[in-house]
Amino acid sequence: MRISRPIVAALLALALAACGSGAEPAASSSEIKVGLLHSLSGTMAISEVTVRDAELLAIEEINKAGGVLGKKLVPVVEDGASDWPTFAEKATKLIRQDKVATVFGGWTSASRKAMLPVFERYKALLWYPVQYEGLESSPYIFYTGATTNQQIIPGLDYLKEQGKKKLFLVGSDYVFPRTANKIIKAYAAANGMEILGEEYTPLGHTEYSTLVNKVVQAKPDAVFNTLNGDSNVAFFKQLKSAGATAEAMPVLSVSIAEEEVTGIGVDNIAGHPVAWNYYQTTETPANEAFVKAYKAKYGANKVTSDPMEAGYNAVYLWAEAVKKAGSTDVAAVKKAAPGIALERPEGLVIIDGENQHMYKTARIGIIQPDGLIKQVWDSGKPIKPDPYLKGYPWAAGLAAGQ
Amino acid sequence: MAAFLNQLPIGLSIGAVLLLIALGLTFTFGQMGVINMAHGEFIMAGAYTAYLMGGLLPALPVAFLVAGVMGLILERAAIRHFYGRPLDTLLLTWGVSLVLQQLARDLFGAPNVQVPAPSWLAGGVGILPYNRLFIMGLAVAGVVAVWVYLTRTGLGRRTQAVVQNRQLAATSGIDTGRVDMLTFFIGSGLAGVAGVALTLIGPVGPALGTYYIVDAFLVVVAGGLGQLRGAVLAAVALGLLNSYAEFWSDASLAKVIVFAVIIAFLQVRPQGMFVLRSRVLT
Amino acid sequence: MIKRHLPFATVAVIALVAAPLLLEPFRLGLLAKYLCYAIVALGIGLAWGQGGMLTLGQGVFFGLGGYSMAMYLKLNEAGPGGLPDFMVWSGVEKLPALWAPFASPVFAVGMAVLGPVLLAVLLGTLVFRQRVRGAYFAILTQALAAAMVILLVGQQGLTGGTNGMTNFFELFGQDLADDSTQRGLYLVVASVLGILYLATRQLVHSRYGRLLVAVRDGEDRVRFLGYDPALVKTVTFAASAGMAGLAGALFVPVVGIISPALLGVVPSLELVVAVAVGGRHALAGAVLGAVVMGYAKTAFSEQFADGWLYLQGALFILVMTLAPKGIVGVVGRLRRARTT
Repeated sequence: MRISRPIVAALLALALAACGSGAEPAASSSEIKVGLLHSLSGTMAISEVTVRDAELLAIEEINKAGGVLGKKLVPVVEDGASDWPTFAEKATKLIRQDKVATVFGGWTSASRKAMLPVFERYKALLWYPVQYEGLESSPYIFYTGATTNQQIIPGLDYLKEQGKKKLFLVGSDYVFPRTANKIIKAYAAANGMEILGEEYTPLGHTEYSTLVNKVVQAKPDAVFNTLNGDSNVAFFKQLKSAGATAEAMPVLSVSIAEEEVTGIGVDNIAGHPVAWNYYQTTETPANEAFVKAYKAKYGANKVTSDPMEAGYNAVYLWAEAVKKAGSTDVAAVKKAAPGIALERPEGLVIIDGENQHMYKTARIGIIQPDGLIKQVWDSGKPIKPDPYLKGYPWAAGLAAGQ
Repeated sequence: MAAFLNQLPIGLSIGAVLLLIALGLTFTFGQMGVINMAHGEFIMAGAYTAYLMGGLLPALPVAFLVAGVMGLILERAAIRHFYGRPLDTLLLTWGVSLVLQQLARDLFGAPNVQVPAPSWLAGGVGILPYNRLFIMGLAVAGVVAVWVYLTRTGLGRRTQAVVQNRQLAATSGIDTGRVDMLTFFIGSGLAGVAGVALTLIGPVGPALGTYYIVDAFLVVVAGGLGQLRGAVLAAVALGLLNSYAEFWSDASLAKVIVFAVIIAFLQVRPQGMFVLRSRVLT
Repeated sequence: MIKRHLPFATVAVIALVAAPLLLEPFRLGLLAKYLCYAIVALGIGLAWGQGGMLTLGQGVFFGLGGYSMAMYLKLNEAGPGGLPDFMVWSGVEKLPALWAPFASPVFAVGMAVLGPVLLAVLLGTLVFRQRVRGAYFAILTQALAAAMVILLVGQQGLTGGTNGMTNFFELFGQDLADDSTQRGLYLVVASVLGILYLATRQLVHSRYGRLLVAVRDGEDRVRFLGYDPALVKTVTFAASAGMAGLAGALFVPVVGIISPALLGVVPSLELVVAVAVGGRHALAGAVLGAVVMGYAKTAFSEQFADGWLYLQGALFILVMTLAPKGIVGVVGRLRRARTT
């Protein structure tokens, strides 16, 4: 061991030197660098890779149409590795080393919370493309996914319209389900609905027989499901084999999109409702083009989903704000962004100036035997984003935040 | 009250799942002392076999072979150099498990795949669906087969001899290398069988193995190394404990309770429920 | 004597003088993170390499240290009577009693080390006295890590759930966003690592260290000689837990986040692997392994993300089969081959 020490020292020095390399030259004047920061490895890769693909598609389309301010967009792709500190680390790298104009990235709340201080510290911009639990409005983040009043509350409105009075809440044990369920309980109290049970399981949990027993015994009119990822597969399989049907007890999910349906098994989930702002089947001219372009680039068997569409939109919305501002400067873009309105695949999307969320149309769909989702209800017009639920009297006690 | 009573068969069926995933480990870990972290990935291999075959029953023997051969290769290529260094095998096989997970991701894609459940398993008796009964039946059949093998066949008795005293068995003319190979083949094959059964109730994806591996080891630890009856008893006990703990609290707390009970139990029986008596000085 | 300390002095000079001067702040921050992991690795090197206790739950101790520090930082920022941000959105209205003492920096830093030590003493007394060892111990510590994660995630109002805690602004009045604060933190981490390395080396070369190796190689024989192996192991385990706790406390201001994902089964295992890659039988190997693996992970995930798992897996298999003594062992062998 003793003889090796000088070598150890040399190796350490080498590692140190290697740490220092890797600085890249600043973007040339004919290019604008943008960062894409999603998990390309680890448990979240399944979902996030598709969002990155949609963002790359948008960048490609924008470049084909002449770029932004006459400059080409150059994506710098980084891997968040499903690990929250890595997100913060890579965000720092994108901002400080690559000097990107903006970053599109994140999926989980945890990754966004980890990146938030980085973007606020360096006064850089993050476009976050996934529906989330609300109660946040960072001046350096634009939220292109739904906040709670554009997904959960419309979902509840739908269940109420359907005459469902008794609900059972099932969720994975993390921030989004817990916050969502608090909102649901407050809504239920104000609307004469009854909550029969509220259950959480650890992320990655696969043994649902006890939970299914609890649900079946409670005999709710409907289940509100905020389970995440693989747990959904186990839950729906075990619920189906316990004899529950979508007719007698629909399970409304807010985290299951087109891509997850195959893995769960269409047989197990067909007929159950989901709540989003966009489906592959949404009928708008922009969506026809989006689905066609996506399938042409990535394969005819690929599906498009809500978070992908939100990521795709984010690039276009940012580009629009840059054009309006005439510069990629963060302060100028932030100033130009409010009020920008674009026809997107999901319909009209408007950037709200107050909280940097989007006006979005809420849509309830039913999962079809072919694996796609058919819309059965929509809010008619884009709903104003309200991350703190200030416009809902019954939610007064929830948002102690601001 | 009905819900409470229902938890009894549910507990037994959870126990059956635990038993099925741990049965292979009673061979590789219990008999040979190899901590095979890739056991979960052999389960995954079984599940993907069912996906490729598109059917449950024909997949059972094939999955046994596929996972068994994978185990055999692992044993011959690497693990046989590690006997007597169990902790090193742990790290080695963890590396193997990472590679296998990524391989599955590249071969079958990151999203879960769907294995259609046979129509004859639709429906159920009381709270227990037929697919749960099928898993319980499979677990019982597995235990019986392993028991017959270990006590009623020459090979099995030789296996036991090697477990109890490797050197003495070797000097008595037993080819320990062959016994090791066979034991690893069977242990890994049983993981494959478990994988096929798990497609009935859980997700089939690259991460499948990681969901079951810790539980599987806890069953063997609580049951006692190399003890079939220990594994059976431990699986049933942990299944029931899990079922009632989750019924009274929630799924998260139930896991913590199970862990606490195992620690407490090891205070009373440090070597698990049943101990293999040996005079070998360590 | 001088010869013996020369390698250490060289490394120390590089780490304390050259690195802060040469590296840009972002890279220096990364190095500080690797060095935090290296402190944990040092503890693993002691417990596993010297003591033969393969602990797969070191993340638990790291987490206890990290959470203690994070609780202090959060309370300090919230001010007297204020609530940490995540409690506000988790709907907690009153500061939980468990949190109150962490407003004191002395208590928080003390608990960052004492908490892990106490838990390790408790666990060690329970399992080592019953002669639970080897694989059993490894699996139990792994299950402990799994249980700990579930517990932390489940108590969202108390711990921030899966998100953990992030968004820290200042430490002892220093702005954490400031590059000079980060440089200072790096120097603290590097110094702590250096001091702990020297102390651990002293320990290993002492009578106690020889006893520890004896316990590793023949526990029953040591017991027959009249020593208490359980005590020796518990003390060692507690020391390694204390190091992990301290590393966690340093990690939080350096990286700016603590979350359950950092202390589960996988990160705990990754550190053990790093120690194996560096060379478990030498303390320097443990430290080296942590830095090399940390750097490799960053470098590879910057280049090609998918390949990292293959590479990490393959590295492991190769190291365990071909070079069980790790980098230090390979280098040693090369040197011997050259001199003879």
